[in-house]
Amino acid sequence: MTTLVDTKKLTMVQAVTDGMRVMMKEHENVIVLGEDVGQNGGVFRATDGLVAEFGDQRVIDTPLAESGIIGTSIGLAMNGFKPIAEMQFLGFIYPGFNQIMTHASRIRARTLGSFTVPMVIRAPFGAGVRAPEIHSDSVESLFTGMPGMKVVVPSNPYDAKGMLISAIEDPDPVLFLEPMRCYRSTKMDVPDGKYNVPLGKAARLQEGEDVSIFAYGAMIDVVTKAAKTAEEKGIKCDVIDLRTLYPLDKDMIAESVQKTGRAVIVHEAPGTGGLGETILSLINDTSFLHMRAPVERVTGFDTPVPMFALEDHYLPSAERVVQAIEKVTQF
Amino acid sequence: MEKLFPKMQIINENGEWTDETYRSEITEELTKELYTKMLRSRLFDRKGVNLQRQGRIGTYVPFEGQEASQIGSALAMGEGDWMFPTYRDHAATMTFGHSLKTLFLYWKGRQEGCVPPAGKNIFPPAVPIASQLLHATGTAWAEKLKGTDRASIVYFGDGATSEGDFHEGLNFASVFNVPVVFFNQNNGFAISVPIEKQMKSKTIAQKAVAYEMEGIRLDGNDVFAVYFHTRTAVERARKGEGPTLIEALTWRYGAHTTADDPSKYRDQNESAMRREKTDPLLRLERFMKNESMWDEKWAEDLEASLTAEIEEAVKEMEEMPAPHYNDMFDHVFAQNPWPIDSQKEAYAHSRGDR
Ligand SMILES: Cc1ncc(C[n+]2csc(CCOP(=O)(O)OP(=O)(O)O)c2C)c(N)n1
Ligand SMILES: [Mg+2]
Repeated sequence: MTTLVDTKKLTMVQAVTDGMRVMMKEHENVIVLGEDVGQNGGVFRATDGLVAEFGDQRVIDTPLAESGIIGTSIGLAMNGFKPIAEMQFLGFIYPGFNQIMTHASRIRARTLGSFTVPMVIRAPFGAGVRAPEIHSDSVESLFTGMPGMKVVVPSNPYDAKGMLISAIEDPDPVLFLEPMRCYRSTKMDVPDGKYNVPLGKAARLQEGEDVSIFAYGAMIDVVTKAAKTAEEKGIKCDVIDLRTLYPLDKDMIAESVQKTGRAVIVHEAPGTGGLGETILSLINDTSFLHMRAPVERVTGFDTPVPMFALEDHYLPSAERVVQAIEKVTQF
Repeated sequence: MEKLFPKMQIINENGEWTDETYRSEITEELTKELYTKMLRSRLFDRKGVNLQRQGRIGTYVPFEGQEASQIGSALAMGEGDWMFPTYRDHAATMTFGHSLKTLFLYWKGRQEGCVPPAGKNIFPPAVPIASQLLHATGTAWAEKLKGTDRASIVYFGDGATSEGDFHEGLNFASVFNVPVVFFNQNNGFAISVPIEKQMKSKTIAQKAVAYEMEGIRLDGNDVFAVYFHTRTAVERARKGEGPTLIEALTWRYGAHTTADDPSKYRDQNESAMRREKTDPLLRLERFMKNESMWDEKWAEDLEASLTAEIEEAVKEMEEMPAPHYNDMFDHVFAQNPWPIDSQKEAYAHSRGDR
C-alpha cells in the first residue's frame, strides 16, 4: 500500500510556523517565547496563529530583554520544557550573548550531563532587504566558534520545517538562523505533519565535476545563479548547501573537493573569522593532495554591514562568484 | 504608586491652566516657538510616511503624537549638552540642531544620516534598545570629570525599561552622581506589547526609587509641562544634584514602523479618539485661542513655509549623489588595516574599477 503524503505550498516563514505547530501539537512541553510573538504573530509573522491555537501560556510575549528571554529559557529547558526562543533579529541577540556563551552552551559539560539545555533559539538574519541599521548582521561565526552550540541555516521551505523539527528534538541547544531574504522568496511543496531533515548533513543541489561551491542560507540563490552562468561557459559546478554550520558535513565537503579539486566558498559574513576559514582548514585536513587550485572565498568584508544604500556592494554577488569560479578553473 | 508619582501638567486637554507656577514665563513668543517646532516635526513625520509609501526611502519610524514630549525636552537642553535619541526621536534631534535633510538621509539608508551637525553632540539613533542609556551616562560623567556644567539627555521607550542596560545606566548615574536626564516616552506599547505585559509596575517613574534618584511623571502631551520640568531636571544636574528619571505619558497614533500593522494588536479607534482629545498640537492651539494668541493667518502662513522647508529638504536628500562603496571601507578604523585594504582593492578590481 502506498501512502501519499499531503503537502502544502509554503514560503519559508510559513514552513517555520508549521514546524513549530507540529511539534507543539505533539509535545505539551514545547513552548514559544519572545518579543511580539503572541497576538502580533512575530514581526515576520513566523508565529502567526500560534497563540490562538495554543494559548498564551505556551506562546508568550515576553518583556523586551534578550538576556531575560534566553536566560529564563535555559531554566525552563533544564526543568522539563522545550523552549523555542525567538530573537527579533540576530542583530539583537547580543544582550543575550552572555547567557548563551557562559551557560546554554556549557551546562551539560559543567555537570557531566546532569543538567542539559534542549532549547532552540530562532533568529532572522542577513542583509539585502533594505532593513535599518544592525538588523542585517550575519554573525553566525560568533556561534559556530562557541563550543557547545549547534548552528543551522536552512535555505528553503522544505529544509526549514524539517530542520526546525530536528532542532526541537535535539538534546542540546541549537541556534536556528533564518535568512530574511529567503522568507518569502519562493513557495515549495512542504509535507503536512512531521518529518525530519537531519542536522549535520549538507545537501548537494547540483552535481558537477569542475568546481565545488559551498554556501548556505541566502547565498544559495546567488551561487545557483553563478553556477548557471558558469555552465554556459562550460564549467560544471558541484553546488553544496551546507545547511548545518556546526558541525559541518565533513564527508560531503571532502568527497566533493576530492572529485573536483577546486572550491569556491561563499558567505555574506565578514571574511576574517568567517566559516570559509573553517571549511578551508577542513579541505586542508582531508583533501590537500587532491586540490588543483587554491580555494577562493567570496565573502562580506571586514566592515560593519553598511546602511542599506551600500548593502548591495557588501553582499557577494553572482558576478563575483563567477569570477572566483573562473579563477580556480584557470589556475 | 500613581499617587506617589502624580501626572504633572500645566495646561489640560482643553488648553486651560492647571498649574500657574510658570505663568509669567509662558509668553506668546515661547508658545509660538513651541507650536512652530511641533508643527514642523509633524509635517516632517507625515512626509516621512509618504516617502516610504512611495518607495523613496526605506522603512520609516513615525512619531506623530509624541511631538510635545520630544520638543519640550529637547528645548530644555543647552549648547554643548549631549543628546542620545532612539530611532523615533527626530522631533527631539531636529529641535536640537539636526537638519531635516540629514534625518531623511538616515531613512534613505545613508550613513550621512548618522553624522551630527558641526559642533552638536547628537549621537546617531540608538537601534539596540536601551543601549544608549549607558553612553549618555558616560558622556555626562566625562563632563563632570572635566568640571563643566554640561549634561546629557537620553530618550528611550517603555519597552526599553526591561533591558539590563536601562538598570545599569540608572545605577551608574546614581552611584557616580552623574548629570544625566533619563527621558522616557511611555507611549504604552513596545511594538505590539502593551505596558501591562511589559511590567507590573504601575509607573516607570517609580523605578527611580530603587536607584535613590529623582523620578517624575508628567503629561507628555503638554509641551509646557515637559519643557519646564525637564528644565528643572537639567538645572539640578548642572548643579551637581544628580540624575533624574522622567516618565512622559504619550501615545503614537500610527504604526510602530511603516513595516508594522497596529490593527493586529490594538484598536486603532483609540488613536483616533486620542487625536481628538489629547493631541499635543490641538491642545496648544486651544490654549492659544483661550489666551488670544491664535491667529488663523499666522497658522496658515506657518504651515506653508514649513511645508516648503520640508520639500526643500526632500529635494536636497534626493539630489545627493549616490554614496561610493569606498565609504563602507574607509571609516572602520582611523587607518585601514591590510585586510580591509586588500578587500577594497579586490572589490574595485572585481567591478573593473581598477
Ligand atoms: C536589543 C533590541 N531588541 C529588540 C529590538 C527590536 N525592537 C525595535 S523597537 C522595539 C520596541 C521598543 O519599544 P519601546 O522601548 O517602548 O519604544 P517605542 O518603539 O515604543 O518608541 C523592539 C522590540 C531592538 N531594536 N533592540
Ligand atoms: Mg513604547
